[in-house]
Amino acid sequence: MPEATAPVGQNQTAAFEPKIVAFFCNWCTYLAADLAGTSRLRYAPNVRVVRVMCSGRVDPQFVLEAFAQGADGVLIGGCHPNDCHYQEGNYKALRRYHLLRRMLEQMGVEPERFRLEWISASEGERLRQVVNEMVEQVRALGPFRKSEQFEPAEEAVAR
Amino acid sequence: MKPKLAFYWCASCGGCEEAVVDLAEKVLDVVAAVDIVFWPVALDFKRTDVEAMPDGSIAAAFINGAIRTSEQEEMAKLLRRKARIVVAFGACAQTGGVPGLANLYDRESLLRAVYSESPSTLNPEGTRPAPHYATNGAALELPVFWDRVRALGQVIPVDYSIPGCPPTPKLLADAVAALLTGSLPERGAVLAPDKALCEECPRRESKPDKLAITRFRRPHETLIETDRCLLAQGLLCLGPATRAGCEARCIQGNMPCTGCFGATSRVRDFGAKALSSIASLTGSNDEAEIIRILENIPDPVGTFYRYSLPAAPLPGKRPNRAGK
Amino acid sequence: MTKPSARIGVYICHCGTNIAGTINVAALREFAATLPGVIVARDYKYMCSDPGQELIKADIAQHGLERVVVAACSPHLHEHTFRTACEEAGLNPYLCHMVNIREHDSWVHSGEAATAKARDLLRAAVQRVAWNRPLERRSIPIRQSVLVVGGGIAGIHAALTLANAGKKVYLVEREPTIGGHMAMFDKTFPTLDCAACILTPKMTAVKDHPNITLWTYSEVIGVEGFVGDFKVRVRRKPRYVIEDLCVGCLECIEACVYKQPKFYDEFNQGLGKRKPIYIPFPQAVPQVVVIDPETCIEFKSGKCKKTCLEACGERQAIDFGQQETIETIEVGAIILATGYKAFDASRIPYYGYGVYPNVYTALEVERLINAAGPTGGELVLRDGRKPRSVGIVHCVGSRDEHTNRWCSRVCCMYSLKLAHLVKERTGAEVYNFYIDMRTPGKAFEEFYNRVAEEGVHFIRGKVADVYPAETDGRLILRAEDTLLGQVRKIPVDMVILATGLEPQADATEVRRLFNISCSSEGWFLERHPKLAPVNTFTDGIFLAGCCQGPKDIPDTVAQAGAAAAEAMQLLDTGSIELEPNTAYVLEEVCSGCKTCVGLCPYNAISFLPEKNVAQVNEALCKGCGTCVAACPSASIRQHLFEDEQIFEEVVGVLA
Repeated sequence: MPEATAPVGQNQTAAFEPKIVAFFCNWCTYLAADLAGTSRLRYAPNVRVVRVMCSGRVDPQFVLEAFAQGADGVLIGGCHPNDCHYQEGNYKALRRYHLLRRMLEQMGVEPERFRLEWISASEGERLRQVVNEMVEQVRALGPFRKSEQFEPAEEAVAR
Repeated sequence: MKPKLAFYWCASCGGCEEAVVDLAEKVLDVVAAVDIVFWPVALDFKRTDVEAMPDGSIAAAFINGAIRTSEQEEMAKLLRRKARIVVAFGACAQTGGVPGLANLYDRESLLRAVYSESPSTLNPEGTRPAPHYATNGAALELPVFWDRVRALGQVIPVDYSIPGCPPTPKLLADAVAALLTGSLPERGAVLAPDKALCEECPRRESKPDKLAITRFRRPHETLIETDRCLLAQGLLCLGPATRAGCEARCIQGNMPCTGCFGATSRVRDFGAKALSSIASLTGSNDEAEIIRILENIPDPVGTFYRYSLPAAPLPGKRPNRAGK
Repeated sequence: MTKPSARIGVYICHCGTNIAGTINVAALREFAATLPGVIVARDYKYMCSDPGQELIKADIAQHGLERVVVAACSPHLHEHTFRTACEEAGLNPYLCHMVNIREHDSWVHSGEAATAKARDLLRAAVQRVAWNRPLERRSIPIRQSVLVVGGGIAGIHAALTLANAGKKVYLVEREPTIGGHMAMFDKTFPTLDCAACILTPKMTAVKDHPNITLWTYSEVIGVEGFVGDFKVRVRRKPRYVIEDLCVGCLECIEACVYKQPKFYDEFNQGLGKRKPIYIPFPQAVPQVVVIDPETCIEFKSGKCKKTCLEACGERQAIDFGQQETIETIEVGAIILATGYKAFDASRIPYYGYGVYPNVYTALEVERLINAAGPTGGELVLRDGRKPRSVGIVHCVGSRDEHTNRWCSRVCCMYSLKLAHLVKERTGAEVYNFYIDMRTPGKAFEEFYNRVAEEGVHFIRGKVADVYPAETDGRLILRAEDTLLGQVRKIPVDMVILATGLEPQADATEVRRLFNISCSSEGWFLERHPKLAPVNTFTDGIFLAGCCQGPKDIPDTVAQAGAAAAEAMQLLDTGSIELEPNTAYVLEEVCSGCKTCVGLCPYNAISFLPEKNVAQVNEALCKGCGTCVAACPSASIRQHLFEDEQIFEEVVGVLA
């Protein structure tokens, strides 16, 4: 039975390019991405960065919205513990992340699709690694497809 | 001529019907002012009676319950045609409600649980409900059980919502009064205050300015004080995230708010926002400790999307991937 | 909220070929023109140039643009440029939004994927900018004083520069004296000036300057506030001597019950001894003795005769009961000049430091050849002999996979200096073992030639091993001479390890205290490696000297001057405009749930019981947005990062 609901992208995994929405804090991870740029560190082009001042600004609503709008993964980047430009914003992000991570798992979102990473302004190389690794993991999982809001009756009856 | 009203129930528990009955003596005022032309719970009108009415002849239809079956969908569409105003009445119609949590499972799992696996089930033939059933030369049609639960607004355009599980009689009376006096707000509005419940909570003054929760408790795990903010007692009260208008009924019953009135208009996603506020109050910066504290919330979806999963950005569990 | 409509202009920068070489800017422009609200879309070679900015200004006037999107480099580089351009054209600067298609795209991606990413980012920006609203910057006065942390040559120079310009300076140094590493050196390369001769007048000038408050033996323990208005707490450790009363006669040291110096002398790297009451070196500033409670009998047993007290007599400068004090100062800017730490040579076991007594670090040798050092300037081995041959090992803890990868920049030159001095003082044969000789400074190469002509030997090879000869106990340096292509073993009497420079051991704590960033090696991170080398990402905090990376004295002094100039420029502006991205409460819908109140690290949110609402103090709010993300009824919002704006970006990048 679940075959009928298998994502259409399943047979096209080879051509699948995941889209990952990244919320990067202005002071650490966004700068790490800037540094990766000035250092010409090439990495997977699948990430779309949304700049926020602090990882503490990332409202779980944004994460859910990203998945609902078709993101295959969501990455939050903040300053390392003790290093937050705003002292404690990253801890607020951490608290929300752990509860949200569990809620997303209940909804069938694989853990690899939702990550919180501490990447400081000097860690351009780490930014590259995290992005490349996440893109590969999400690529292996295949496209994220949220549960359909409704399945046509005929299909339902046929089974 | 008095304006015509219709009441209908879809996937619901019947509590919303009770809310209408709970108008008590006020119901007489309502009846005096309007004609109730359809109310299956209380009055003997048939679907064919509604079908016979001219389109747009009903002033307002109050529909409670979520949409799970083909019949519910058909009735919703029928009433939409016949009524000038459709009101999603109660949490299930508004956002899917408790029945919407079934979206964490696919239909097959649900049917298997109910018709095979539940301890009280005795069903050796493995009979399942079927839309078409023939026996003794007679054909029986049953509604189709859809794969997912939807909110009313996901099936037909809805003009207003009255939140609650169930709504209070006062909100219903106010809505009917507004309808009769033509003082309804802009279409799409939720007919309840747009502030959070703390505003009208009798315990609000006992809430500390700075709250850091190191142990979340479920109601059965503690002796709940009757005069202190429930969050301050570690109880997961969703009042801060939930619309006011219920008169803090649960709090007055010494139980935490579970969020049935849904979010304010400024919030798109009740579950995510409520989760954010609660998680933010976790009283630690240490990762292991944070995880440990939050483990006291064993069922995040059931906690934060108890009344609104079908209307959420991710409206249920994702379908299994092939091969899984 | 209903979606606003606005007349939007989109500007795509080629950045020469930096962007246009990778991203199809023409296609991007055509794409931009199709986006809702976009009235005009242009691409140009250098948007940040004057003509580029003029394009924007002209369009604002001609087309009545209400929003501007610039797709170019990082907003950290040019956001201010384009906001200012908009402002000059009469458009509120916060109606301008930047898209980073260089650092985040053309420099790291290639091909169609890069252009596709640019399209997504641009679409998001166009959608979000429609929600931008005009905002006003807040202005606060800048305090006319500067804190300089660290009293080495960098801190001294910065402090004097500022003080001479009439600024009030607090100079905080954690050691009992200022002077730093430079005070320990004998001569400075390549001119061979006596370090003390050129440094001590500046040290004295610091002490005497009416605009400088000098706190030695003190440490910064807390920093609050922000550019223009820092509140800094300084712990002044007890030196058990009242600074104002001590005249530096040093009679107390003479009178100490320990007749001979007995304890490890930090300033002389332990090659000399000091008493429990001491002054680090004769020209120390301030000229105030200090008592080490770890070794002083009075502190250990309470049974000392306290001959020092007697010697001090009526001056009564000695105070065994002195307690630490905490001072709070308010400054407009901070200069960090916290210096470096010499590499710990014992981390490389095969060089035998700490095992063979005749293996020295360069800093030890500086003290040995210094006339004020433990041997009065005699370069002798621990047994009193003069070395007849000396090997200098370059790159100890530098350019090394196993320790530090960086070049410490000064070791080649100070090794040449030491080679010269050793030869001059002892006539010994000197062997320099180097990987590459790095002498790129002014008159450096000439100095190298001079030393070579003096007969110093140069062997190009990394020393693999230092071990004692079985016969006479001399130390053998084994290295492959990569010019000869053979392994050489050179026996010497003395080995000098040219230890590299490392970040201070507590650099991480210090940077957290000041809320600045570090490079991965631990050096404090400048805002831009070329164009903002003394600025940090925290406004109002500047860097000078080796805390930012290894450098020699001339570079350190130049950087200290630059940091002072930056601080001065800031102070002379008089007031500072703060970014308006603060949080604000929608009072009419706030339910007074107080969720936000405890989350603010700056105590910027208070609860008003009479109104039953939260209130944000905009002067205290730093604009992180944590409260906004947490507000359960979305009744707190953040300027410039409104929910709608972020949602639009999410939707925009995914459309």
